[in-house]
Amino acid sequence: MGAAATIDRDTLLTLLLRLADDHLVLGHRLSEWCGHAPMLEEDLAMPNMALDLIGQARALYTYAADVEGKGRTEDDLAYLRLEREYLNCLLVERPNGDFAQTMLRQLYFAAFMEPFWKAAASSTDATVAGIAAKAVKEVAYHIRHAGEWVVRLGDGTEESRRRMEDAIEELAPYLDEIFEDDPVTVQASAAGIAPQPSSLRPAFDRIIGPIFAEAGLTFITPPYSQRGGRKGMHGEAMGFLLADLQHIQRTYPGATW
Amino acid sequence: MAKNEIPLWEVFIRPRNGLAHKHCGSVHAADEVMALQAARDVYTRRGEGVSIWVVPSAAIVASDPLQKEENFEPTASKIYRHPTFYTVPDEVGHM
Repeated sequence: MGAAATIDRDTLLTLLLRLADDHLVLGHRLSEWCGHAPMLEEDLAMPNMALDLIGQARALYTYAADVEGKGRTEDDLAYLRLEREYLNCLLVERPNGDFAQTMLRQLYFAAFMEPFWKAAASSTDATVAGIAAKAVKEVAYHIRHAGEWVVRLGDGTEESRRRMEDAIEELAPYLDEIFEDDPVTVQASAAGIAPQPSSLRPAFDRIIGPIFAEAGLTFITPPYSQRGGRKGMHGEAMGFLLADLQHIQRTYPGATW
Repeated sequence: MAKNEIPLWEVFIRPRNGLAHKHCGSVHAADEVMALQAARDVYTRRGEGVSIWVVPSAAIVASDPLQKEENFEPTASKIYRHPTFYTVPDEVGHM
């Protein structure tokens, strides 16, 4: 990443909100398993990962609020925006489905974020670099945890294998979106703040490839790719997710605990 | 063990370098890799440790609770096995 160009405030804000929204929404999805996991060990493991993600989201929202400079707080950004203002990718808002689908979604996102954070650790933006340095360790464990499950479910019983294959098919249309470049990522990359999403695909494939090979699973190319999350165009599931996520702050504004 | 039951593993955590691994509980997991992950997720959430051991519970050989009396009660009367039983002459000073 060169450091020649600079980035304007709105572009940096958009970049930060995309990242923060990805982490908040996926963290929320994982937290939905709390109390419902197939075994006690996973009932702790998934909220553990959720808390990593929400911690990362908090740091990003705090910085985003600072960059925006309009007096909004991390809570305002997390809880009080409208659906069309959320810029997360569609992958993270996909419903949990079964455990196989949740683990595969986790693996995909972590395999995308690990090379992202590794590159961002040397960001020209000191705050982003700081967040990345912490996140890179957390995401490495997410890959391990989800990856081991994908291997065992893919190479497990007839039923677990069928469920993994269903998950691959279900999530396939949502993968391309996370690797998409646009003027925001181009500017961020030129300014040395964050890598271009498309540049992370080889690293993603190097992570997923051996896991799928060990699991005996085949990667499929979807007949079409769904996009829109980065522009605030979300799927039906997103509204329900936000209702759940926001209702306390909207019912009791400023509630704390 | 029932055919489809997930095996049980005993978890030992070393709280700091220099201290011994200490038993802290158990987890269910299909194999040793998953057992280590489960142990990490269940027992090290508050910074409890720097190292984890997992051991198949089935590999642990335990003393029989029914033999508790014959095993352990005879030592109760042998207080001379404690160093504090002996008076150290003043001339010895600190030992």
